[in-house]
Amino acid sequence: MSEPPGAVTLAEAPPADPPPPRKLTAQRVQPLRRPGRWIATVVVLVLAAQFVHGLVTNPFYQWDRFGYWFLRPTILDGLLITLEVTAWSAVLGLLGGILLALARLSRSPVLRAASWTYVWALRSIPLIVVLLFLYNFSALYKTLSVGVPFGPAFLTFDESRLATDMAIAVIGLSLNEAAYAAEVVRGGILSVDQGQHEAASALGLPKGYQFRRIVFPLALRSITPNYVNQLIGLIKSTSLVFYVSLLDLFGTAQSMGSTYPGDIVPLLLVVTVWYLILTSLVSVVQFYVERYFARGATRSLPPTPLQKLRTGLRDLRERARREAAV
Amino acid sequence: MSAETAQTVVTTKAAGPVGPAEAPPAAVEVHGVHKWYGGHRVLDGVDLTVRPGEVTAVLGPSGSGKSTLLRVINHLEKPEIGYVSVNGEPIGVRRHGDRLRELSERAILAQRSRIGFVFQNFNLFPHLTVLDNVAAAPVATGRLSRPAARELAHELLDRVGLADKATAYPRQLSGGQQQRVAIARALALRPGVILFDEPTSALDPELVGEVLAVIRNLATSGTTLVIVTHEVGFAREVADRVVFIDGGRIVEQGPPAEVLDNPRHERTRDFLSKVL
Repeated sequence: MSEPPGAVTLAEAPPADPPPPRKLTAQRVQPLRRPGRWIATVVVLVLAAQFVHGLVTNPFYQWDRFGYWFLRPTILDGLLITLEVTAWSAVLGLLGGILLALARLSRSPVLRAASWTYVWALRSIPLIVVLLFLYNFSALYKTLSVGVPFGPAFLTFDESRLATDMAIAVIGLSLNEAAYAAEVVRGGILSVDQGQHEAASALGLPKGYQFRRIVFPLALRSITPNYVNQLIGLIKSTSLVFYVSLLDLFGTAQSMGSTYPGDIVPLLLVVTVWYLILTSLVSVVQFYVERYFARGATRSLPPTPLQKLRTGLRDLRERARREAAV
Repeated sequence: MSAETAQTVVTTKAAGPVGPAEAPPAAVEVHGVHKWYGGHRVLDGVDLTVRPGEVTAVLGPSGSGKSTLLRVINHLEKPEIGYVSVNGEPIGVRRHGDRLRELSERAILAQRSRIGFVFQNFNLFPHLTVLDNVAAAPVATGRLSRPAARELAHELLDRVGLADKATAYPRQLSGGQQQRVAIARALALRPGVILFDEPTSALDPELVGEVLAVIRNLATSGTTLVIVTHEVGFAREVADRVVFIDGGRIVEQGPPAEVLDNPRHERTRDFLSKVL
């Protein structure tokens, strides 16, 4: 014979003043305990601390030598070359990419095929091969002329004067960049709703206006993150220009490393930190560019980090006030 | 042969009791238009005449070709056979002896800017403010200076009851408000004819009224309207003429009282019994 459990508890409960039952609706819901999360947090923090500790205390990194090299003029000259090559290739590559994307989306089968072939070829050939080809180009073709094939030439250039190391690097990277940018831009244009094209042509907006003011700005919203991805890849690819004897950031560090073999590790650290800084700057710019192109796409713009901090603090303060009231 | 019946209906209507509409050219004339999508025939010899100032409602089951007919009128769709003229001017083609030749894209765009089009899904430009949505086309087509276009845009927004939304972005508005902006955008080009492609089909029921009110207003102001719609009640109220399409052909047309209340064709009766 078993009594209902409720009766047992009642019988065993001390008869003295039972606590008054609290109204459920007056209480705050207890948050779910998450022990797994706490354990994971501890593990990650310990690992991170170990990594930082190793980084700081291991003599292998020679932080004093890092400090010596970080702002050396030779390194900064190399950094400048890296920036210059990146800037030119990013702009020329994007322009080339836009033209290739438009050709690929055009109604002309010849343009479509040419664009497809270009993208196919340049994506297949390793960048370093393209650069070395261009480097040896001036040996193969002494002069470069614009004219009718097999016919008269209108313009003739002396290749050796035209093909500086910088020009070779920029041309090689731009050719490569354009192939990838073409796909990024094409994807962006295809992502624009067909209704926008229809509305623009139903209003009779001129073709150029449709592209510049309607389709391209809308496409930029999806082009931006992809192109920034591409751009970050480009910043790092510029380290290959070392092989066409242009001393960029990486190239400078490399040549300094062969002069001071003991400093190779701190020099690599210098290069790493500079690339980290460049990438971070690009990411910050990306955030604001994306925010700009999000105009109208969402009901309200995503908050900037500063706005996020401010609302976060305000929420915290309000929460504290509420808790105090309860 | 059924195309033939449709044609006879048109001729009787055109010569019908309304009388003195002979002198000015028709606002819209559809001449024997055929249209295929691949092997599927969407329009099968459509002839239609819309007189200036007339409000025409086009009804029909989904897939009957009514939207395609509307899109053929402003040449968003090219007809395979036949052509359309608006205010006497062939659209998208020009006569060359006894042949029709395709016009250049630039010429077609210029023609479209004289025909208003309102989409089911509004298709406002999301990255432009409401004001810029309305003011863009008159500036881009070189008709108005920027300040003049903005002034006109303010005026038109006021007319559709959205004067206070000029600086908002389209996605910040309700569907009904967006559609009213889209109507203002179409009006900014001062079109002779405005085509409405199911203007209330994407709206929540309680927002339909505000859009219909704007269209009703246009109808009474003497603008030529062609409205593809499912709102039979609205068609009865504002339309001078109802056109019923099925299977890519005009089955029946006439004043709403005739077509809606006393349909002669089995298919029209069948359709109306389903939607009413």
